[in-house]
Amino acid sequence: MIRRNTKFNWKRKHLLSLRDLSRQELEHIFETAKGFEQFSTRSIKKAPTLRGKVMVNMFFEDSTRTRISFSLAASRLSADIVDFTKKSSSVSKGETLIDTARNLEAMGIDIVVIRHNAGGAAKLLSRSINACVVNAGDGFNEHPTQGLLDVYTIVKEKGSLEGLKIGIVGDIAHSRVARSNIWAMTKLGAEVTLVGPPTLMPAKVDQLPVNVSYNLDDVIENLDVINMLRIQFERMGGNPFPSVREYSHFFGLTVERAQRAKPGMLVMHPGPINRGLEMESEVADGEKSVILKQVANGLAIRMAVLFLVNQAAMQEGKK
Amino acid sequence: MSDTKKILIKGGRVVDPANGFDEVADVLIVDHKIEAVGSVKDAGAEVIDANGCIVCPGLIDLHVHFREPGDEEEETIFSGSAAAVAGGFTSVVCMPNTKPAIDDETSVEYIHRMGRQARKTFIYCMGAITKDRKGEELAEMGLMVKAGAIGFTDDGAGVQNAAVMLRALKYAQMFDIVISQHCHDSSLGSNGVMNSGYNSTILGLPGMDPLAEEMMLWRDVQLVKKTNVRYHAQHLSTAGSVKIIREAKADGLPVSCEVTPHHLLFTDDAVMDYDTNFKVNPPLRTAADIEALKSAIKDGVVDCLATDHAPHLQSEKELEFLTAPCGIASLECALALYVRALVEPGVIGWSELIALMTYKPAGVIGVDKGTLTVGSRADVTIFDPDAEYVIDTEKFYSKSRNCPYDGWKVSAKIKTTIVAGEIRYSN
Repeated sequence: MIRRNTKFNWKRKHLLSLRDLSRQELEHIFETAKGFEQFSTRSIKKAPTLRGKVMVNMFFEDSTRTRISFSLAASRLSADIVDFTKKSSSVSKGETLIDTARNLEAMGIDIVVIRHNAGGAAKLLSRSINACVVNAGDGFNEHPTQGLLDVYTIVKEKGSLEGLKIGIVGDIAHSRVARSNIWAMTKLGAEVTLVGPPTLMPAKVDQLPVNVSYNLDDVIENLDVINMLRIQFERMGGNPFPSVREYSHFFGLTVERAQRAKPGMLVMHPGPINRGLEMESEVADGEKSVILKQVANGLAIRMAVLFLVNQAAMQEGKK
Repeated sequence: MSDTKKILIKGGRVVDPANGFDEVADVLIVDHKIEAVGSVKDAGAEVIDANGCIVCPGLIDLHVHFREPGDEEEETIFSGSAAAVAGGFTSVVCMPNTKPAIDDETSVEYIHRMGRQARKTFIYCMGAITKDRKGEELAEMGLMVKAGAIGFTDDGAGVQNAAVMLRALKYAQMFDIVISQHCHDSSLGSNGVMNSGYNSTILGLPGMDPLAEEMMLWRDVQLVKKTNVRYHAQHLSTAGSVKIIREAKADGLPVSCEVTPHHLLFTDDAVMDYDTNFKVNPPLRTAADIEALKSAIKDGVVDCLATDHAPHLQSEKELEFLTAPCGIASLECALALYVRALVEPGVIGWSELIALMTYKPAGVIGVDKGTLTVGSRADVTIFDPDAEYVIDTEKFYSKSRNCPYDGWKVSAKIKTTIVAGEIRYSN
């Protein structure tokens, strides 16, 4: 179970990456999320925690799940929400990301949730403005709240990550979800194996604290959890594998493969699913799947994150 | 005769590597020429006390971007020239990746004219190898040579097509010039913004494989074998490139290469905070690459030290790491940086350092400069090797401040820069 640690004092007013976080900090977020979970079952689904605060969703890339999840989390905490969406990122002679954020800040915002196609964009923002910055995915660097909700889901299902064998399958090179997963899972004691073709592995993958396999059939039977990444056609340059058909043949989670797995293996996916590509529909909707639970848990995680960064900012303000 | 102008530089340590000269002496300049080196008495001369200083031939930088025409908000030939003499440089070579590119004789003449008007440092320029630096059709190399271009490069990009590069080298056989290459095979690193490695993996940034540089360098060496035209590899950044140059030189090929300060002073660890002042092309590499570059410098495999002075607006460097432009403005502190990278750790001595910044780069572009030979043009740099100072970008003559060395405490301070017998900078 999650260790209780009520005395822990959260100090970060930004959530930029899970690589920065300690095990203690991760556990503190889960514990906070647990407290927020009951909200969904109440008849009045609101707490006054962020009343009078303004959160901006600054989304430079498409998103459905994450944006709505953040909005819903903020509204449950009684924050005011502003949505800012822009298809393309800042161009060199147009308004820069920093200028955009400074303008929003001048209007009195408290929390910026940012999704951007450039790795490091959230960090850049955190250096430039006073508001809290929450990274909702930056390029293929990190997607910390996704990593948190993935791990939180596993903790809830399995009790702990200690000693679990977790496979992350697919396009590791271009995946921010994979990176956030790797940092959080290994810090909590899981043994992570990355699975995919060598062309979708990042440079010097051997220096990460993980195993690497090019053969899903070799590892499937040993896994306690499998996280199937979405093939992100929009990010991959060239053709890192010959065809979708060939990819599915070697790395798709078919019914047959799922049957060879341990009975209790959790099937996860950060969404949106390419049905029939990463996994067959029967598996996605099957009894092993916790995909919709991930989404539900995401709400509690994001409430916890918004609550914590705001709390840190308030403490900083008091000093 | 009263029009004759005389400058006497008294009592400095005169280091003139081309002539194997390194002793305390005086240097007398009459009009625009070196008149005498030794113990000189001349009552009518303006005296510069160089006691405790090194007096050497004017420094030469084969690689600067003065952004004119096209990006005058970042730098102009006027501001860049002022920065050059403040850094002790009496000659610089402007790269042709301006907007429009320097790819015809009129553009070459324009650069020279603006350089003369600035009246600070001597401005050379390289023309583009191909029209608009597109890598497709040869630019009018011959007419540009006639206008004074001393070499050709598509710097900022490498010539991707091997047949085009071979044609350029063949065509260049008609002229006594150097073909210079920014080695980068874009098929291997087209979207990379930093070195490909563990750091790029954990930062989630697209990497540039060292092979992208090495493949093109290796290819070009084969083309040089076939054509025997002088070839210069710009800003080497990898151990593999060093090996290729080493072997090409051992084979007697007419190849040369340069190194920049940042590739000697930083690894890709510097990028870990997404600080765009460390975004350069080629990217910062690893400690092993720095060691290989240093041993190549020590062994004489590297021909010259350049800056790749690449000014950019602060507002552009404030962009995300992925989109910010590449480059560092370092012309004004380059000597101090090389002292930090090479002299202080004992890789090379003063004489070798000065050789790499004077007559050796002059040799690469085939101009008779970089010495204090009596009768030669009086380009002289005087600096105090022991004077410590703090690099302050606010005091730069350059229009740009994209310099990660801001606040560094360094030594080797430029005192006086003399170009063609005129004091163009003194501090």
